[in-house]
Amino acid sequence: MDIIQKSLLQQIAGLHEVPEGAYNIRANGELDSRNTTANIDIVTKEDKQGIDIIIKPNTKNESVHIPVLLSKSGLQEMVYNDFYIGDNADVVIIAGCGIHNCGVDTSKHDGIHTFYVGKNAKVKYVEKHYGEGDGTGGRVMNPETVIHLDEGAYMEMETTQIKGIDSTNRVTKAVLKDGASLEIKEKIMTHGEQYAKTDFSVDLDGMDCSANVVSRSVARDQSKQEFFSVINGNNACKGHSECDAIIMDGASVSASPQLTANHIDANLIHEAAIGKIAGEQLIKLMTLGLTEAEAEEQIINGFLK
Amino acid sequence: MLELRNISYVVEENGTEKEILKDVNLKIEEHFVAITGPNGGGKSTLAKIIAGIITPTSGQIILDGEDVTELNITERAKKGISFAFQQPVHFKGLTVKDLIGIAAGKNMTVAQVCEILSEVGLCAKDYVNREVNSSLSGGELKRIEIAMIIARGTKLSLFDEPEAGIDLWSFNSLIKVFEKMRDEINGTIVIISHQERILNIADKIVVISNGHIDSVGTKTEVMPKLLGTSGGCDVLKKKLADH
Repeated sequence: MDIIQKSLLQQIAGLHEVPEGAYNIRANGELDSRNTTANIDIVTKEDKQGIDIIIKPNTKNESVHIPVLLSKSGLQEMVYNDFYIGDNADVVIIAGCGIHNCGVDTSKHDGIHTFYVGKNAKVKYVEKHYGEGDGTGGRVMNPETVIHLDEGAYMEMETTQIKGIDSTNRVTKAVLKDGASLEIKEKIMTHGEQYAKTDFSVDLDGMDCSANVVSRSVARDQSKQEFFSVINGNNACKGHSECDAIIMDGASVSASPQLTANHIDANLIHEAAIGKIAGEQLIKLMTLGLTEAEAEEQIINGFLK
Repeated sequence: MLELRNISYVVEENGTEKEILKDVNLKIEEHFVAITGPNGGGKSTLAKIIAGIITPTSGQIILDGEDVTELNITERAKKGISFAFQQPVHFKGLTVKDLIGIAAGKNMTVAQVCEILSEVGLCAKDYVNREVNSSLSGGELKRIEIAMIIARGTKLSLFDEPEAGIDLWSFNSLIKVFEKMRDEINGTIVIISHQERILNIADKIVVISNGHIDSVGTKTEVMPKLLGTSGGCDVLKKKLADH
């Protein structure tokens, strides 16, 4: 791994060296390194690009890192990763993609992550997207996440895209069985002419299942963001989605929530708020001695924390 | 020492000019000064003018001999003016620890934040990592607002109606915070309040009414007049005389 790739790895996974536990590092379209454990197996797909991550039932307190690094300008790839998480397992999965593009061609990483989470299993899934490099070539990522939660399963998904991705179209689909529960926290900041679209679709099929989708975003400069969320309550269930955006400069943000209750005991709520930084927040921090620019930075950092 | 010279503030409302403050002259040298008077009289406007949030139409603000009239909010904050809002501001994502740290101008340890919060009667471990948003009660937000002023520890601390928007129960414990502050904190405390218990501990009371200073003096000089103007009955007058 070269210095650029190491720096990308640091940005997306907070890693200086190879991680502990199971991991699969993909660099410029090829396998860089892999480690499996007694409970976690990683197998290369034979029919297409991607891997299967198989976690045995009852695996506790283990983690899997699967970072993807792109440092070759113009590289475009489409990857399929499938996660099979056994019943009663309790694991952390850290994915992420970093693109360094100093060339003129568009670098693009598209991926479909499909999760099959077993009965009463618990998964924390963290995904970070980051782009850098001073080339004129675009940095594009289109992640798709498909989640199947079996009875009593719980998944927490944290996605972050703070810097450097020119265009992203994020699709997340989830289907929940009885007693399953899903938490999604999304953080996005766009600059310049960037475009980010997120599209959530959650089917609450099981009895007493629940989903909470929270998106916080900041749109600066001339960037554009679109937020779509569809929650279908098909049983006695609870669904909540929230889109909270700070808009700055000449940016544009649109939020389109859709709730459908197909059951008398489906309880669905959506909240959306888009607006600039409140003047009184800036004034308060200025009375504490910050300049207006410092106050703005503190407010945004806190908002996206 | 803070001196206000010929402060006027005029706004335009429906095409006509309205004088919010009219030629206000005031010297604040005492340790604990209370500003009181009817609602809409211009008290909060005056506090915002001192903090730099509102620019006066005319007049000068002198802090320790230096004319700070042209300085912006940040510059005045750095010169040692602190201002506790009447309506504390909510911040999504910023925690109590973050705000106390910003106020103190340095990264604070949990122990240091704890020390400050205990000054305002909050148990730190319950609050340090709480977001300063609507999940906190009005009384809690007020205490955190005051804690920020204590963390700054500047030479001039302004409080705009700390009792506003909180229940009497919370206020009773809040008053102790101010009594303690009066005894322990150096520098000048200026507090806008309608509460007799606050006025009682003030070294000087300034009454602002209808945009001008109605009277200035000690508690014994100002209080009878203050209650008298609002039509105090014989019982009240007797009670005041007994004080």
